[in-house]
Amino acid sequence: MTPAAPVTPARLPTLLLLVCLMAFLAMPEAFSGLFAPLTRNGAAPIYTQAPLLFLTLNHLALVAAGTLAATIAAVGLAIATTRLAGLSFLPLARAVANIGQTFPPVAVLALTVPIFGFGPVPTLVALFLYGLLPIFETTLTGLTELAPEAREAATACGMTETQRLMKVELPLALPLILSGIRLSAVIALATATIGSTVAASTLGEVIISGLLTGNTAFVLQGGLVVAALAILLNEGFMLLEAIAARRAGRPSAKG
Amino acid sequence: MAEPAFAASRRALIDPLGATLAAIVAIAFLFQPLMLLRPNRIAPAQGAFAWEALPGLQPMACGIITALVVLILISRADARLRLAAAVAGLVGLGLAVGSGASHLLPPGSAYARVAPGAGAWLALFALSLATGDALVRLRLSPSGRIAALVVAAGVLAGFLASGLWSDLSVLREYASRSDAFLRELWVHAGLSVFSLLAAVVVGVPLAMLLRRVATLRRAALAALNVLQTIPSMALFGLLIAPLAWIGAHVPGAAALGIAGIGVAPAFIALFAYSLLPIVGSTIAGFEAVSERTREAADAMGMTAWQKLLRVELPLALPVILTGVRIVLVQNIGLSVIAGLVGGGGLGVFVFQGISQTATDLVLLGALPTVAMAFAAGIVFDALIDLSRRQETR
Amino acid sequence: MIDFDSVSRLYGDRPAVADVSLRVGTGEIAVIVGTSGSGKTTLLRMVNRLVEPSSGRILIGGRDNRTLPAHALRRGIGYAIQGHGLFPHRTVAENIATVPSLLGWDAKRISARVDELLSLFHLDPALFRDRMPHQLSGGQQQRIGVARALAAEPPVLLMDEPFGALDPIIREKAQEDLLAIQKAYGTTIILVTHDMDEALHLGTRIGVMDAGRLVQYDVPHAIVAAPATDFVRSLLGAGDRAFHLLSLSTVEEMIESGEAPGAAIPADMSMRAALSESLWSRREALPVAKDGRVIGRVTRAALERRGAGPQ
Repeated sequence: MTPAAPVTPARLPTLLLLVCLMAFLAMPEAFSGLFAPLTRNGAAPIYTQAPLLFLTLNHLALVAAGTLAATIAAVGLAIATTRLAGLSFLPLARAVANIGQTFPPVAVLALTVPIFGFGPVPTLVALFLYGLLPIFETTLTGLTELAPEAREAATACGMTETQRLMKVELPLALPLILSGIRLSAVIALATATIGSTVAASTLGEVIISGLLTGNTAFVLQGGLVVAALAILLNEGFMLLEAIAARRAGRPSAKG
Repeated sequence: MAEPAFAASRRALIDPLGATLAAIVAIAFLFQPLMLLRPNRIAPAQGAFAWEALPGLQPMACGIITALVVLILISRADARLRLAAAVAGLVGLGLAVGSGASHLLPPGSAYARVAPGAGAWLALFALSLATGDALVRLRLSPSGRIAALVVAAGVLAGFLASGLWSDLSVLREYASRSDAFLRELWVHAGLSVFSLLAAVVVGVPLAMLLRRVATLRRAALAALNVLQTIPSMALFGLLIAPLAWIGAHVPGAAALGIAGIGVAPAFIALFAYSLLPIVGSTIAGFEAVSERTREAADAMGMTAWQKLLRVELPLALPVILTGVRIVLVQNIGLSVIAGLVGGGGLGVFVFQGISQTATDLVLLGALPTVAMAFAAGIVFDALIDLSRRQETR
Repeated sequence: MIDFDSVSRLYGDRPAVADVSLRVGTGEIAVIVGTSGSGKTTLLRMVNRLVEPSSGRILIGGRDNRTLPAHALRRGIGYAIQGHGLFPHRTVAENIATVPSLLGWDAKRISARVDELLSLFHLDPALFRDRMPHQLSGGQQQRIGVARALAAEPPVLLMDEPFGALDPIIREKAQEDLLAIQKAYGTTIILVTHDMDEALHLGTRIGVMDAGRLVQYDVPHAIVAAPATDFVRSLLGAGDRAFHLLSLSTVEEMIESGEAPGAAIPADMSMRAALSESLWSRREALPVAKDGRVIGRVTRAALERRGAGPQ
C-alpha cells in the first residue's frame, strides 16, 4: 500500500488556502488593512467580540460532534435495516430519508428551538438530524449494492453474519460511507453557520453581527473563513475517500 | 443472501411497516398531548391530551377512529383500504385539532394561544407516511400522483377556508399579518423559480458548450463544485461586499436594485448554487444519448439544429429534469436564508420568530416552505417519469 | 460421499429443483450439465446450504448437512464461483487464507499453505502473495478463486461455472490444472456447467438437468452412447457424438499387430487425437508405443469405423 502523496501540484491551491486561513486566524489584526476600506465611520475592521480562532474551533467542534453522532446512528441504522430481521423496515427508513431531504435545514433548526431553548443544543440536534440522511443513504448503497459476488463468497467461505459485515461488507462500503460523511459534514458546516441565529457561538455570529451593524468587513471576513473551511473540509474528505477506495481495491475511483 | 421466504411466512399475519406506523399513531394518541395551550404567544405551554382537549363525545369518536386506523394499518389489508384508513385518519386529525383549538381557547382572551401538540405532529408524521406507503403500493401513474397531490392541496385549502382551524395559533399569526405573508410567499416562490430559470437559461447552453471541450469541462465542473460546497450564509456574505460596491459606484446599478443588502445577493447566490446541478445533469443527459442514435440522425440528413432539437434534447430531457428537481427543492429551502440578508421570503417570519422566541411565527414561515418543497418534489418526480415514458414508447 | 435424497426446492409454486436423488462417490468429479434455469446451480447451492431444500435431505459422509450450523458446514466445503468473487480489498494471500484463518490456523501454517497453493497453480509466491485482485489477469483471478476454495483442504469442492469467464486456451489449461489437483488431493468435486464438452472432459460422472429434474446420471461413455432423452441428445450435439465417443476411448483397446511408419504414439492417447494425428501426418497407420516400446499399430480405417457410430 502506497499512501496517497499529500502534496501534488493539483493540491497546491488547497494547501495555499489552508496556509492563508491559518495565518488569518492566528493574527487577524495583521489583516485589518485589507478590510478597513469596507468599514464606515471608523468601525472596527476585524471582529473582536470573540476571537475568530475561538469561534472557528467552536464551529468545527459542533460540526464534528454532530457529524460523529450522525455517523454512528446512521451507520448503525443502515446495518440494522440490511440484516434479515430489519429488512421489512427498509421502505420506511427510505421514506423517512426522502421526506427529510425536502425539509430545509433552517426549518429543522428553527423548530428545534422551542424544544431545547437557545444555545448550541438546537444546532447540535439539527446537525445530527440533517446529517443522518446522506450517511444513511450511502451506507445503505454500500452495504447492499457493492460486490455481490464477494458478499456471496464470504457466506460460502463460512463467515458468520457478523464476520461478513466486519471483514467484507464494511471495508468495501467504506469509501461510499466516507462520501456520505463528507456531504453531511459540509451541510453541517452550513447549518452551524445559521446556528448563530439561535445563539450557538459559531462563525455565523460574525456575519450576522456585520449585517446588523451594517459592517460589510465583518460580513466578508465571516463569509471568507466559513467558505475556506468548507472547501478544506471537502478536500480533506475527498483525500480520505481516495485512500479508502485504494484500500478497497478500487484504483479507478478518483480523489 | 439467506432465505426471506421463511421469515415472511412467519409474519404473514401482520404488516411490519404498518404495525410500526400504527404503534406511533397509538402512542401519539395515548401518551402525547394533542394540543398545547399558552396564556400568551411566548409563554411556556401546557399540554392537553385528546380527552381533555375535545368537547362532549368527540374524544370517544377520536378514540374509535384511531383504533380502526391502527387495526387496518397493522393487518395485511389491501392498499386501497390502507389508503382510505390513512386519509380518514388525517382528516379526523385535522377536525380534532380544529375542534380542540376552539374548545380550549378561553372565550374572550385575545392573548391565549392554542397549538397542535407533540401527539398531533407525531400522528401527522405517521399517517402521512402511511398515506405515502399506500400510494406507493397502489403504483399510481405519474398523472395519478399529481391528481393525488391536487386532492391533498384541495383538502388543505378546504380546511383553511372553512375557518375550522382559525383558532389555531399559527393562523392567528397569519391573521395579524396576512398581507405581509402573501407578499413574502410570492417573493419566496419568485426567488426560487426565477433563480432556477436563470440557471437553466445560462446552464444548458453552457453545458452544451462544455461538452465539446474536455479540459474546459473539468475546470468548470471543479469550480462549480467548490461553489456548491460554500455554505449559503457565507456565499451571501461574500456577495454583499462587491454588490454594495457596484450599487454605490456603477451608475444606474442602484436603480436596478443592485445593492449589498436585499434581493440581489439572494438571487445571485441561489443562481450560483443552481448552476452545478443544471450543468452537471445536462452534460450527463447528453452523454446518455448513444453514438448510434446520433449517427442515425446524421444519416437521415438532419442538420445540427434539427438533431439537437428532435433527437438529443428529448432524449436528454429526463436527466436534465432530475437536475431541475434537485435545484427547485434546494432553492425553496435555501430561499429561507434570504430573510437574513433582507431578501425577503418566508425566512422573514422564521428569523422574526426566532428573535421573538415565537414558535408559531417560525411555523408560519417553515410549514409553507416544507409544503412547497414537498409539492415541487412530487410534481417533478411525476414529470421525470412522464418524460421517460415517452422515451420508451 | 454426497447423497441427494429426493431433494426439491420450490420458489413460490415453481419447482427449481424437483425430486432429485443422486450419489457422488469419494474422489469422483460429478459434473451437472443443464441450460440456464434448469436448476443445476440451485442443486449445487443446497450442498453448502446457500439455499435450503424445501423437502428431501443431503448427506455428506453419511451425515445430514443440517446437523452443523451453516457457517461451520461451509468452512469444510470449498466453493468456487464464476467471476471468482475474490475480496477486492484483500491481497491474494489474504484471500486464499480466508477459511484457514476462520478455522484459527496459526500464521506459520497459513503462510506455508498459501505458498504451496500458489506454486501448485504455477504462480510465484514471492511475486503474487501481496498483489491485490485488480492487479491480476482474469485467468490468474480464477486460479486464486479455486486456490481459496481449496485452502483448508476440504474433502468436498463445489464449483459453479468456474471456467465460464475464461477464453478457450486459458480454459483448457485451467481444466488440466483442476484434474491434476483432484488427482493429488483426491477431492470429491461437484461442478456445474452448461458446456457438455467440459462435462465430458472433466466428469467421472455426468448428471443432466432439465427443468428442475435430473434426466440422466451416468458415466460419460454411457451418456454419449445412450442419451436418455432428446434433450440430452441435443446437448451432445447430433454430429459431434461420434467425436465425443472417440475422445472418451484410448487407442490401447484397438491395437493390431503390424508395422507402421513414423514416430510412435502413446497407448493412452485418445482415439480422436490418434485420428487427427493420422490425418495431419498423412499416414494410413500409426505405430503405438507403451512404456517406450512399440507394441503394435492402429489404422485410420479402424479409427474411422469406430467413429461411424456406437458399437
